[in-house]
Amino acid sequence: MARAFTPLAVLAMLLFAIAPFYVASAPDEQTMGLIQRVFYYHVPSAMLLFLSAFVCGIGSAVFLFKRSAAADRVAVAAGELAVAFGLIVLITGPMWARKAWGVWWQWDARLTSSLLLWMMFVAYLLVRRYGGPGSEKLSAAMAIFGMANVPFVYVSVNFWRTIHPNTNVVMTLGSGMRGPFWFCAASFLLLYVLLLTLRRRLEEQRASVEQLYLALDD
Amino acid sequence: MKRRVMTIVGVMLMTAGSLVGVAQQPPAGQAPGDFLPVSSLPAVEQLPAAPLMIGAYAVVWVVLLVYVWSIWRRMKKVEGELADLRSRLQSR
Repeated sequence: MARAFTPLAVLAMLLFAIAPFYVASAPDEQTMGLIQRVFYYHVPSAMLLFLSAFVCGIGSAVFLFKRSAAADRVAVAAGELAVAFGLIVLITGPMWARKAWGVWWQWDARLTSSLLLWMMFVAYLLVRRYGGPGSEKLSAAMAIFGMANVPFVYVSVNFWRTIHPNTNVVMTLGSGMRGPFWFCAASFLLLYVLLLTLRRRLEEQRASVEQLYLALDD
Repeated sequence: MKRRVMTIVGVMLMTAGSLVGVAQQPPAGQAPGDFLPVSSLPAVEQLPAAPLMIGAYAVVWVVLLVYVWSIWRRMKKVEGELADLRSRLQSR
């Protein structure tokens, strides 16, 4: 991965540079018009929020049950990415909603549960940062709880009466919209893998610093 | 007979009252609470989509760039600490 990192980073930058032009070539949505194009960044970010929650939860579970420090490092990296991509979702969504629904925010099932999911991972990071000794295990348990919430957030639009579009939208996209959407999704996913790798590397180096401090004390 | 006259007078009064009420109503589409199509709003009151869409894309870029910058900054600090600790260990 180390050798492939730079070429993949260049590829990711290229994809992100091309994405706006590809999105501009997509047709206007018939009821929402121009503002619907926020969809091409908003939905991939939401997908990565869910993915990060799963990666963090699974890494935390492996850390708790197998005491794997490597899994814990991946979990921390994924936890930060969950907060970053969640922030993107929670800002771009209301900007879209202001034009499409006439309001910045609605306390409906999807929006509220997404906000709560994001807050769980903010809490995960705060416990890791300020929780003191033993906070790794407590935060790992929180991450597993956060991961368990993801299916509820996803199906909330199908089970509750909500203003948010339901889960059929991506699967029933028109042909002109499918290409730009999956292009953006692939770009975001590549970027996610690179950021996860980078952040995990930072945790590895911090672990090396701790080991060197211990070696110095001997 | 008296009852018939009273009924006719009552109907005439009600009709006159309705006519006065209708005459006092504002033209259609201008009373408070009337539904208006958005296309008939003056342009200044329609919410433009472009600034919101451009703003949303800008938010994505800003968040990602700030996050990459924060990783880079932390990585530099840790690499400095690592180099310092290794040199201290070697000099022992």
